[in-house]
Amino acid sequence: MLQDILVTGLVNGGVYALLAIGFSLIFGVARIVNIAHTAFYMLAAYCFYTMLTRTGAGFTVAAIVSVLAVTALSLLCYRLVIEPVREHESAVLIATIALGLIFQELMLAAYGGNYLGVPSTIEGMVRVGGVSIPNQRLLILVVAAVMLAATWFFLYRTRIGLAIRATANDLEVANLMGMNVHRLAMITVAFSVGLAAIAGVVATPVTSIHPFMWLDPLVTMLAIVVLGGLGSLKGSIIGALIIAYVEAITVFTLPEGAHLKGAVALGIMVAVLLARPEGLFGVAFEEER
Amino acid sequence: MYLLRRAWAEARNEILVLPSRTLVLVWAAGLLLLPLVYDDAYVLRILTMTCLFAIFAASWDLLAGYTGQVNFGHALFFGAGAYASALASLKLGVSPWFTVWLGAAVAALFGYLSGFLCLRLRGSYLSLATLAFPLIGLGLLFAFPDFSGGELGVSGVQRLVLSPTANYYVAAVAMLVVVFGLWLIADSRFGIVLHAIRDDEVAARASGINTPRYKLAVFALSAAAAGLAGALLAHYLRVAGPSTLEVALSFQVVIWGIFGGVATIYGPVAAVFILYPLTEWLGSFKEFGELRLLIFAVIVLLVLLFMPRGLTPWVRDKIEALCPRCKQRNFVFRKTCRLCGAPLEAQVTRAERLVGHQ
Repeated sequence: MLQDILVTGLVNGGVYALLAIGFSLIFGVARIVNIAHTAFYMLAAYCFYTMLTRTGAGFTVAAIVSVLAVTALSLLCYRLVIEPVREHESAVLIATIALGLIFQELMLAAYGGNYLGVPSTIEGMVRVGGVSIPNQRLLILVVAAVMLAATWFFLYRTRIGLAIRATANDLEVANLMGMNVHRLAMITVAFSVGLAAIAGVVATPVTSIHPFMWLDPLVTMLAIVVLGGLGSLKGSIIGALIIAYVEAITVFTLPEGAHLKGAVALGIMVAVLLARPEGLFGVAFEEER
Repeated sequence: MYLLRRAWAEARNEILVLPSRTLVLVWAAGLLLLPLVYDDAYVLRILTMTCLFAIFAASWDLLAGYTGQVNFGHALFFGAGAYASALASLKLGVSPWFTVWLGAAVAALFGYLSGFLCLRLRGSYLSLATLAFPLIGLGLLFAFPDFSGGELGVSGVQRLVLSPTANYYVAAVAMLVVVFGLWLIADSRFGIVLHAIRDDEVAARASGINTPRYKLAVFALSAAAAGLAGALLAHYLRVAGPSTLEVALSFQVVIWGIFGGVATIYGPVAAVFILYPLTEWLGSFKEFGELRLLIFAVIVLLVLLFMPRGLTPWVRDKIEALCPRCKQRNFVFRKTCRLCGAPLEAQVTRAERLVGHQ
């Protein structure tokens, strides 16, 4: 059981971290609370499923096409829906909620409410220290680790990453220093949604696909981001691991664990917020007046 | 006779001079008179639900619009009221006329508690943290099914009154009283303090306002109104289920509030009265039935692209103009202000509109 907890926590933590970092980046750079973030994760899963079952493409092709398509769609949504109402914070908020609902209903209309499954990308097990781990979970872990490293490289070792961090730190000053804030926002949206889409593609074989699959990760992701501190890369990763392990421990040890895992994880988040209102690693944002 | 003439004079001078006030009067009178002329059970059912959700949306606006505590988990209060009232009337056998108030009180307690937990949180942190509260409640409900009924909820609850018309009147009168009460509160000195807290909490505190106390009070007040709506709904539908705590309901109220225009009270009410019957009506068509949520979301999105501040502020700006001198509202076709006689110029009102309130 201990090994189960360790593996499940690590694998879920990887997926959650991919989602949380993207959400946190969009919030930091563009000040958008993107409720539709996990809806893109769902869309990527559906796209992957369609490519595999309807067109018979290989796993790699299907994965690449899904990620690219979803990223392009996110840019389109940003230009058409979010950009025109950018100055009105509340309008942006419900625009993203409405987007999430639209995607959910479109998928419901197109595929029905059934639970769909995707076969494992790679079969087989690996035995590590007496525990057998399915290769699919290992793949999730590897992809998550690689993407996290890539994110770190992108944010801390490239000029665009520097600009993104500067914009997240202080949007107005970054604008005055000649950074193209609008283009940076677009790049951030594309990059973040890309991360979510990758998470969706690698995680589908171990979960089931249905139109409401975006709600559960949405809540978990929000809890992680708040727990770790909005706009903090380190906070998102550590928050993701904390929440994933808490969930895993609840599921495997408590009798009604499957129902309580969300409640316990969210309870931890509330407890942390009581002690540290800006999250574990959050920078207290300047009071925006 | 004197009183009648006095009332007519009041009505003519205070209400009929402004199109928005006239609209509200017509709407309230229409709501109360409707069952006398048209009492189709289906329409009354839709309108009853609309009235209850209008209370819910207005209570959200007091908390989120006026005070700036944008609550993503308002369903917690709705569900608390519904479950408390349903359980009390079922397990203790008390009359539902009493348990409805008990539901509101329990919801107020929950509001006070979540307000207490959120005192130090700001902005997005607060929104995202409050989203968690109803989900924690939902997890607990599912974990203890013999108490809460689990997935099925608490069913077999007594109705307040029996006939559909009477039920409609209960909901409509409750809605008018609560919404008008909330509007009065929001318009009073208390409401001004709430505006101050939203705009700049530090400055409000520096001016000697005990902001935590005000925030707790408004959390409890708003929760009580939401809880009352939840309790009434539970007694109307005769079931208090987990759907009263879902994320969907919390998001729904945010959509209603922002679609109607925040910090107005009447805005969210108007939004509910437009959107809820609209979705139900779309749902009654076979071919649209499955797509109604989609159509709902698309309508909200399109309306927002053209009226980013919400529906009612947009409409109000079209039919009324602000006097440049005394800042009183006037019917847009008047040449001079109705109170101070200053000329109303389009240029000035446009500048005023850019600054706007909120």
